[in-house]
Amino acid sequence: MSDATETGRVLSADGTPLKKSLNRALRVQKMRALALIAPLLIFVLVTFIAPIADMLFRSVENQIVSDTLPRTVAALKDWDPESGEVPDEQVFDALYKDMFVAQEQKIHTRVGSRLNYENVGMSSLFRKSGRAVEKMGDLYVDQFEDLNDAWGEETTWVALMASPAYAQAATGWLAEQDAAKKAGQAFTKAPPAFEPAPGIGDLLPQTAEAFGQFADFMRTEEEETALDDEPWTLVYTALYNDLTAASEAGIAAYSGPQADLLKEAKAAVATFESASRKAQFLEADEDWGDVGVWQTIRVYAPRYTPGYFLNAVDKQLGPDGITDQPENQQIYIMLFKRTLFMSMVITVSCILLGYPVAWLLANLRMRTANLLMILVLLPFWTSLLVRTSAWKVMLQQQGVINDVLVWLGLVDDANRLIMINNQFGTIVAMTHILLPFMILPLYSVMQTINPSYLRAAKSLGATNWTAFWRVYFPQSVPGIGAGSILVFILAIGYYITPEIVGGTTGTFISNRIAYHISSSLNWGLAAALGAILLAAVLILYWAYDRIVGIDNVKLGG
Amino acid sequence: MKLLTTLLTGSALVAAGSAFANDHMASDMTLVSWGGAYQTSQQKAYTEPYMAANEGVSVTWDESSNEAVSKLRAMNEAGNVTWDLVDVEGPDSQRLCDEGLAMEIDFDDVLAQGDDGSDVEDDFGPTLINDCFIPQIVFSTTFGYRTDVEEWDGRTPTSLCDVFDLENFPGKRALEKRPKKNLEWALLCDGVAQEDLYDVLETPEGLEQSLAKLDTIKDETIWWSSGADTPQLLADGEIVIGSAYNGRLFSVIEEQSQPVAMLWDWQVFDFDGWVIPADLPDDRLARVLDFVKYATDTQRLADQAAYISYGPARASSQPLVSTHAELGIEMAPHMPTNPANQKNFLVNNIEWWADNQDDVEARFQAWLAK
Repeated sequence: MSDATETGRVLSADGTPLKKSLNRALRVQKMRALALIAPLLIFVLVTFIAPIADMLFRSVENQIVSDTLPRTVAALKDWDPESGEVPDEQVFDALYKDMFVAQEQKIHTRVGSRLNYENVGMSSLFRKSGRAVEKMGDLYVDQFEDLNDAWGEETTWVALMASPAYAQAATGWLAEQDAAKKAGQAFTKAPPAFEPAPGIGDLLPQTAEAFGQFADFMRTEEEETALDDEPWTLVYTALYNDLTAASEAGIAAYSGPQADLLKEAKAAVATFESASRKAQFLEADEDWGDVGVWQTIRVYAPRYTPGYFLNAVDKQLGPDGITDQPENQQIYIMLFKRTLFMSMVITVSCILLGYPVAWLLANLRMRTANLLMILVLLPFWTSLLVRTSAWKVMLQQQGVINDVLVWLGLVDDANRLIMINNQFGTIVAMTHILLPFMILPLYSVMQTINPSYLRAAKSLGATNWTAFWRVYFPQSVPGIGAGSILVFILAIGYYITPEIVGGTTGTFISNRIAYHISSSLNWGLAAALGAILLAAVLILYWAYDRIVGIDNVKLGG
Repeated sequence: MKLLTTLLTGSALVAAGSAFANDHMASDMTLVSWGGAYQTSQQKAYTEPYMAANEGVSVTWDESSNEAVSKLRAMNEAGNVTWDLVDVEGPDSQRLCDEGLAMEIDFDDVLAQGDDGSDVEDDFGPTLINDCFIPQIVFSTTFGYRTDVEEWDGRTPTSLCDVFDLENFPGKRALEKRPKKNLEWALLCDGVAQEDLYDVLETPEGLEQSLAKLDTIKDETIWWSSGADTPQLLADGEIVIGSAYNGRLFSVIEEQSQPVAMLWDWQVFDFDGWVIPADLPDDRLARVLDFVKYATDTQRLADQAAYISYGPARASSQPLVSTHAELGIEMAPHMPTNPANQKNFLVNNIEWWADNQDDVEARFQAWLAK
């Protein structure tokens, strides 16, 4: 204390103020504590929080439509869905371009599957049209090639559409590849990036765009150059469109490569046979004439959608706003209710069965109690699947329980009880599986209840029942609370057991989530259902806290 | 140089060739199949001899074929395809091929010629259904029933529609937890002619009609998702009649001698084969191609028929099919292609199902959950 100076501040041994030095020491301690939990914190963040957040985000994400069909989505902005009329040629032309590129990349079926969640039938529509769309431009390919064979040559196209630098690089790259092949070496050099010819974008805008996409596709997907294959039929269609739209003078003024060829084509296109894109699509599938299809594309064009959440509560987002799903497709609300109801039944069964066991455990002699404890824990250590399958053997119609009942003469052989593939099976199997989660917290709370309270109550004249109900039971309520929360929250998310023993009437909402995650691949809907389930659990937890008080929950002595 | 060293170490010329090839081949493969008796037959006929011929190659089996499409989609989305070769049914291969998830194959290049010298395309004939599918077997989905059901008073089911007849043939049934085949069967028993089947099914009313027919037995039906379920349920006596793959039923009837018999009426033919996931790394692809060439040659396909009653996909394998490897019984009468077994039959409409699976599946699953 001799360190206390005239300034009145307390200094530590090295002369710094005590407060500062204490803070420093504490900071070091805090940092050390943080460093100690850092591995766990990072682990939880990376492997738990981040994936869950990512998954939940999928419930509103809807990029796929506008990414796959960008031109169609843009063109549909001008279309009036109220008109009741199918969009015009311009929209079909945009759809043609989008679909062509998408089917080359083989992603058209994915957008079809996405839209199929909202309007059943769109998956097959996109698949069929994907096959048809490649042939839609054949008409123009044939006419250009009939006009001049040069249009069938890759070199013509590259000379016309690509910059000289690209043409040179591509030729060089091909030569290198040939040389490597002859020498028997592996060739890993990436093909050159495409560059359009100067000014061609102004002269032939659609063709330049289509050819650019073709060249990029060749480079990234096929790892080849635009010299390796004839352009897509889409490019020929685009050239026809451009030449029809271009002015006589504009083409005449062009003096770049292949100018003569282009002039010849310009002169000829007026006589070309043409086809309406709309007619072609309607021929591929008449559903394109259905206004509902277009409305669905339009409604689901935005990058984020409430659609999945609406589906998860049996509603849907249509052109007229939010409506109910058709009656025969409303299943989710029913499943949520069933899940909550059955979880409650399971929780109550666990309390009824677990309470006496926990009481015995807490009040028997140590040796016997330990033996009982092992019996409680033994199934806990057995694989979940084994226990569930064992219940299948027990409960099925030709199973152990039915056999015994028939043998005892309690049940007629022809009318064996149906105890599996229904709700009963799920409740029995899950009660058994979750029982330890009820018994353990109950036991640890009951152990702390002083037996002398009961004796005191009795010595004051209480009957056995009054002593139990007025003195013992209230003290064990925190254990019931802890056990119920554990069992209920575990039950609500269970899915293996209901899947195996639940049949169709005993399944939970989690079985639908699993179905959408692994079978239908509707991850958006699965995420929305999961988010709702999570919210339901949090609300119940909050309600429990308000009513019982979370401080009254004890997991251990 | 490498070849010379290998020769010098005293290996035979053939082994040297494969050792040279092994340089750029992965040494393990993950094959995906259906589990049960079928996967065992593939192990016995394909992988065991292959591993014996190629030392150091190991094979991991994954029994996920019934979820192959969704799992491959998920793997593709995650950018990490861990499978090398996947056994799928015809329609699934079509979907995978359409979506770019399966590799397109040059059959003449990848597959071996028939032992009788026939071309690959001729030898496989109609089983080459698309550019990605490497056929192995022709199988059928049909019904098996218990022969000891007292309530039937000695009646035995002779027609498909007996499955829907709860009056004469009471008891639990088992059907697959997928719309495919169930919908067709329901319509056939609801008076729809075979040639109109898919036209009817394509309309919403037709789909509802089919589901309404299935509604009549829904309460009595257990829905299976694994090919091993129905044989198990039949053997336990949990069901009296159920749909299953003919080879699984063969195994229950002949190998396990259970009181079960076949009902071949309106069996649905299907092809099963391999697809190679798209964009495999070069070393894994080289190994898979090497294996595929071996496992789909004439002899190997015929060998498989000695373990399970599925017909080989190659014409040149047919004459080599003889007797069961362990039981020694003649296999021909148990083949779905045996004329006595195919008075009425459907061939799985691959194109229709590839196009409509997503749509119909959504409706079917909602119906099932109701």
